[in-house]
Amino acid sequence: MELICPAGTPSSLRAAVDAGADGVYCGFRNETNARNFPGLNFSPEELAEGVAYAHRRGAKVLVAINTFPRAGALNLWFEAVDDAARAKADAIILCDIGLMAYAAETYPEMRLHVSVQAAAANPDAIRLYVDEFNAKRVVLPRVLSVPEIARITRATTCEVEVFVFGGLCVMAEGRCSLSSFATGLSPNMNGVCSPASHVTYEETGGSVVSRLGGFTINKFAPGEPAAYPTLCKGCFKTGLATGYIFEDPVSLDAATLLPGLKEAGVTALKIEGRQRSRAYIENVVRTFREAISAVNEGRAIPAGALQPMSEGQSNTLGAYRKTWR
Amino acid sequence: MKLTLGPVLYNWEPSIWRDFYYRVADEMPVDTVCVGEVVCSKRLPFFQDVVPEVVERLMRAGKEVLLSSLALVTLERERKQIASLAKEADPLVEVNDVTALVYLAGRPHAIGPYVNVYNEGTLAWLGRNGARQVCLPPELPVSSISALATACPDVALEVWAFGRLPLAISARCYHARLHKLTKDNCQFVCGKDPDGLPVDTLDGQRFLAVNGVQTLSTTYANLIENIPDLAALGIASCRLSPQTCDMVAVAAAFRDVADGRLSPEEGRRALSEICGEIPFSNGFLFGKAGVDYRARSPE
Repeated sequence: MELICPAGTPSSLRAAVDAGADGVYCGFRNETNARNFPGLNFSPEELAEGVAYAHRRGAKVLVAINTFPRAGALNLWFEAVDDAARAKADAIILCDIGLMAYAAETYPEMRLHVSVQAAAANPDAIRLYVDEFNAKRVVLPRVLSVPEIARITRATTCEVEVFVFGGLCVMAEGRCSLSSFATGLSPNMNGVCSPASHVTYEETGGSVVSRLGGFTINKFAPGEPAAYPTLCKGCFKTGLATGYIFEDPVSLDAATLLPGLKEAGVTALKIEGRQRSRAYIENVVRTFREAISAVNEGRAIPAGALQPMSEGQSNTLGAYRKTWR
Repeated sequence: MKLTLGPVLYNWEPSIWRDFYYRVADEMPVDTVCVGEVVCSKRLPFFQDVVPEVVERLMRAGKEVLLSSLALVTLERERKQIASLAKEADPLVEVNDVTALVYLAGRPHAIGPYVNVYNEGTLAWLGRNGARQVCLPPELPVSSISALATACPDVALEVWAFGRLPLAISARCYHARLHKLTKDNCQFVCGKDPDGLPVDTLDGQRFLAVNGVQTLSTTYANLIENIPDLAALGIASCRLSPQTCDMVAVAAAFRDVADGRLSPEEGRRALSEICGEIPFSNGFLFGKAGVDYRARSPE
């Protein structure tokens, strides 16, 4: 299995490559990219340098152009595909049907990966992208159990990539407009979710209230760390209960499932976190490198290799465990 | 401007579901009616048997019928259900997940609001593949709607004009989670909330609603005041999504505004009376927070 790692900056890209990533994914510094955060991402020149660095060390670079192009402004997204091709990227990761059609026609030799944002959750949906756009790999949405993933790999010739670590979308990816309902800005259109520009923290008597677009997302007692108000991990009230209605503030850690995912026929394992620091990337990549190499070689995962890395957060196996649903 | 009644998104009692559509056939001034389960495949067996008679009655009443497909397809039985639905030549299938497209390629079909149609490249591709009409994602601003209508005049475009906004779909069932059940043993508790279960902030502010695996707005979308502008852009139809309020009266108000018998402002006042305390939203149209409502400026 390949290890695919995030890079929000050129220095994170080099760190991930040096720590043993088989592939690094990144995006451009604009709304073509679903991690369109201030201070992150690559210019076309930085991408070309990053690709050259990775190739010298035998690693690949995958470029995520994974928002849905705005009507009447397709050129920005076409240029992103052009720039990725010019930089000699190893693949582009797309979610929009129209953009896939452009890429498949303009760059038939370029590897096309179906982004998680396309939420292709079954063999028929995958077949559409393979037959129509010659997709070579699909990143599965985080809605499937391990046996369901195994059924998909058996039913398709397309390579399958799955997330194993980091932030967890609770909703089917690419099919969520909770963020834009509250703020006007969405992952699909703007490449942001619960954007910092719309976040406030209000402190009264030591307690903190976090808000997004004016909606209270959570309240914290004095001394309790105030988590970032990601909408689907907020605390809300219903007639039945008050609490984390959608999901607790957890992140995904599927390290213990690596042997099962290998057996399920998964080609590549993906780590979330292009917004994370270089040091974090280095640590997570090194840890997963050891574990995956062990699994690939049929050895036991070294004890202690998978100590919690998620910076104080609790972890979940998410939909990989069926009862999560 | 045509009117389309979207599929019932909630888990209604089969007899109530059937009687609702009978009343639609007899009384509701809409052109097109969508029938089928979009949210959760576990609900379908309860009303599957009455679908043929409902479809027949709607067609006899002169309605165009669309058979709506599931929005998130993960299980083998769901794939089989999509494949068998796609065998239908009449009525047309409304596709809510790209899964159905492989079965319908080259044959006429409709695209529902759960397929990501954000730009003219995708719309043109879908048109070439056989899509005749497309209900756009509710998130789209008017600038995008306008660009799409201009670029692809051959595909009839529809906007989400009334009812709770479908904001997200998940593998996890929030109704089951709230009732401390698992999805596999859910006891169909979503049936307790025929209009969705309101989710408020900790301050008691209205915010969202859950409907099984679906998350919606607690507000009702309401584009009745925007009908003249949408018509001017060439939008073919407005979608009304069933809630428990008097949907015949809702459709009548939309019909009256579309035909000029009521002013847009009068239409909004009529809907306010029908919907009681539920606030309205049309913010997505203006590229603002979807929850916002912008009243029509006086002419």
